[in-house]
Amino acid sequence: MSVGKNEPRRDGPAKLTGRALYLDDVAIPGCWHGVTVRSSVPHGTIKSIAYDPAFPWDECVVVTAKDIPGKNLVALIEADQPLLADGVVRHREEAIVLIAHPDRATAYEAAKRVRIEYEPLPPVFDMEKSDTVFKSYLIERGDLDAGFAAADVVVQGEYRTPSQEQAYIENNAIAAYEEDGVLIVTGSLQCPYYVLKAMKQIFDRTEDKIRVIQTVTGGGFGGKEEYPSMLAGHAALLALKAGRPVKIVYERHEDMAATTKRHPSVVRHRTALTKEGKLLAQDIEVIMDGGAYATLSGVVLSRGTLHAAGVYECPNVRVRSKVVMTHTPPNGAFRGFGAPQTLFAAELHWEKVADALGIDSLTLRRRNIFKVGSTTSTGQVLMESVGAEECLEKTVKASGYAAKRKEYDRWNADPKKPTWKGIGLAVCHHGAGFTGSGEVYLASRAGVALTAKGELIVLAASTEIGQGTNTMFAQVASDALGVPASWFSVETPDTHKVPDSGPTVASRTCMIVGGLVGRATKDLKRAFENEFGRVPKTTADLKKAAAVLCKGSPARRFEVQFEKPPEVTWDDKTYRGDAYGVYSYAAIAVDLEIDRLTCEVRVRKVTTAQDIGKAINPLLAEGQIIGGSTQGLGWALLEEPLFKDGVMINSQLTNYVIPTSLDTPPFEVMLVEKPYSRGPFGAKGLGELPMDIPGPAVAAAVKHATGRLIPTLPHTPERIAQAMK
Amino acid sequence: MIKLTVNGKKKSFKGAPFKRLIDVLREDFALTGTKEGCGEGECGACTVLLDGEPVNSCLIPACQADGRKVETVESLGVPEKLSKLQEGFLACGGAQCGICTPGMLMTAHAHLRSKGKSDERSVREALSGNLCRCTGYQDIVKSVIKTAKGLKR
Repeated sequence: MSVGKNEPRRDGPAKLTGRALYLDDVAIPGCWHGVTVRSSVPHGTIKSIAYDPAFPWDECVVVTAKDIPGKNLVALIEADQPLLADGVVRHREEAIVLIAHPDRATAYEAAKRVRIEYEPLPPVFDMEKSDTVFKSYLIERGDLDAGFAAADVVVQGEYRTPSQEQAYIENNAIAAYEEDGVLIVTGSLQCPYYVLKAMKQIFDRTEDKIRVIQTVTGGGFGGKEEYPSMLAGHAALLALKAGRPVKIVYERHEDMAATTKRHPSVVRHRTALTKEGKLLAQDIEVIMDGGAYATLSGVVLSRGTLHAAGVYECPNVRVRSKVVMTHTPPNGAFRGFGAPQTLFAAELHWEKVADALGIDSLTLRRRNIFKVGSTTSTGQVLMESVGAEECLEKTVKASGYAAKRKEYDRWNADPKKPTWKGIGLAVCHHGAGFTGSGEVYLASRAGVALTAKGELIVLAASTEIGQGTNTMFAQVASDALGVPASWFSVETPDTHKVPDSGPTVASRTCMIVGGLVGRATKDLKRAFENEFGRVPKTTADLKKAAAVLCKGSPARRFEVQFEKPPEVTWDDKTYRGDAYGVYSYAAIAVDLEIDRLTCEVRVRKVTTAQDIGKAINPLLAEGQIIGGSTQGLGWALLEEPLFKDGVMINSQLTNYVIPTSLDTPPFEVMLVEKPYSRGPFGAKGLGELPMDIPGPAVAAAVKHATGRLIPTLPHTPERIAQAMK
Repeated sequence: MIKLTVNGKKKSFKGAPFKRLIDVLREDFALTGTKEGCGEGECGACTVLLDGEPVNSCLIPACQADGRKVETVESLGVPEKLSKLQEGFLACGGAQCGICTPGMLMTAHAHLRSKGKSDERSVREALSGNLCRCTGYQDIVKSVIKTAKGLKR
């Protein structure tokens, strides 16, 4: 058995020796460099585009919206975002003109020689003042008025979270070229079939004339879910016009200023409880800032809305949510996908409730937390694999939470101490896979191939972006067949080689696509048994079996498609039913110390238990948990994109600060494995879960340390000092 | 002409003397193991050793490397035979997306070779100029400590 073992990561040796080829490392003969001329106003009409006559434009290729052969559209959900602005710009850094030149420095120089004049239009930057709503949702359960009428106490709170930059260390990078009439785009991306969908409309081509191939990708975290579709369109426009390969590799400031980030949010809670702390009603309002185009905002809001009531049973719930347009670069996917925003509010609100009731937040959580049989805000009854309580109790015990609450109270009461100390808790659920009927619409496919030479290859469009996809796939497939993991390789995500397994997002790769790979491998196993008499036992045996099964063809493929579990029902119109097939769960305790003079926060220890059903590879799973939690700590304490006139002004790693090895505490990680009957070997989603709750746990710890509930992230020294006044 | 030693081999470079060392390594010497993350000396992905000391090769003009020794990730092991440090990273989960890994390895390699301390605090300090967005650092720190312990035996 390979599942449950720490198989070394497949891509490890290549990455550790510098042999792994990221897009900028790939030698493409005759390749030119593409650059982008972007809008310098947040909203306006384009009056004129002028090219400096002193510059040798004949050395370049220049592209504008007029050169687009098909639709000027980055196809995703709504048909609203142009590939290149044409007539109107709706945000700063919107792409207008593309230039390619054989020399990179000259290409950048050319971009400076383009003058664009605008007629400015009034911009909207404040999400609470925008009246353009991209999407809104309403969830209703029970009788809200009756819940509030029965209340002993009602507690209100308002919580705000900032944007966040994904800050993958490899910037966005794509190359394009045409070969034998096929337009090839290759580069750093999460979702090859999203890129394909966009390219079909931009170039009015069929799938056989476009091929999307992933290169080794240096981090994504959601940031390479949708933007590569835009970048691929840009590179391909230049390549087709130049008649040669063109690559576009963003510089850091451009990547940070122009590409998608986490949606800023405002969340308001009004909560009714009995005096014992039982929830009677939750009335929740969510607003998110979508930026200038709808992109993924509707689905980000959906996930945020579905997680807004938290991991607690409440008989009467109303969640009203909307995502609105502002004249800023579009916000998009970032690990957690709307859930960290609403869970920040849901979890930190317990500290406010605790003060109102005089009951500590741990006790309140224990009285309301989801168990098997609980019903969620959408009316979903949780039938299996509910590890919320176990995660909470393990975290409380291992962190020494109760004792530290008392110990730190004594420390903080002594005015001579140089610091305040605090420990804070948070708990959450996170739905794995696409929301509601999303997986049914995706209808993903994956498979395995057996070649006549006896190679076993996993076929899936799910991308390895550092999370361990390829290692996990090999482990799932080899155990499903009962052979060593080393027998399986994993095909490069290439739309001419692998089926559409859906996007690499939503914590779905292991649970959904891994499940498909497992099923396809079972089909292969049956074929071995029926046609060869047994599953091969040695590699020599495998070669013999391959010859029998392939029957003279070079390879035989076994593909399967997602099938909706019959017990799952969902209504998109009413937002009632099973919002997700299953949820993963996590609890976290953050132990921190604050300098009384400078208000600097030092996180001393993070303790977390996470229920992921089954860890296919515990080392890689823990790596996801520690890495995701660290991004959460960054959001909680350090990271804040600052906007002025609609553009990010700290778009450098110099002034947009992410955690270093010295900002990061020791982590104690406990894996909880409550198996999910429909996950491969019981596995559930993992990728996003650890991002969800470091924020509220930090804020709760700061509250414990200072006595101040600061409802806004990040908790920078400035913000804490302000609160202490 | 600029003459330098790269991974033990004598090399010369005739281009612009202020071309960044990272570009000389990647474009002129085809050593693409060294990565660019920010171009301004913040992320450390481009870390190479200059006369044994870790530097950000995006901030070093080629002329500054004249007559000196440069070591890149390609000087460590190969996939078929990893160095002890690379083996440590593989065993402990020290690499995920891998883009920071070459720079991280070079910083760690310099730290271990100069007999830097292998307690957690010292390793964290040594690596604090190299950003990683994937791992949260714990497994990288473990990788370095494990390697240091192995080397002492």
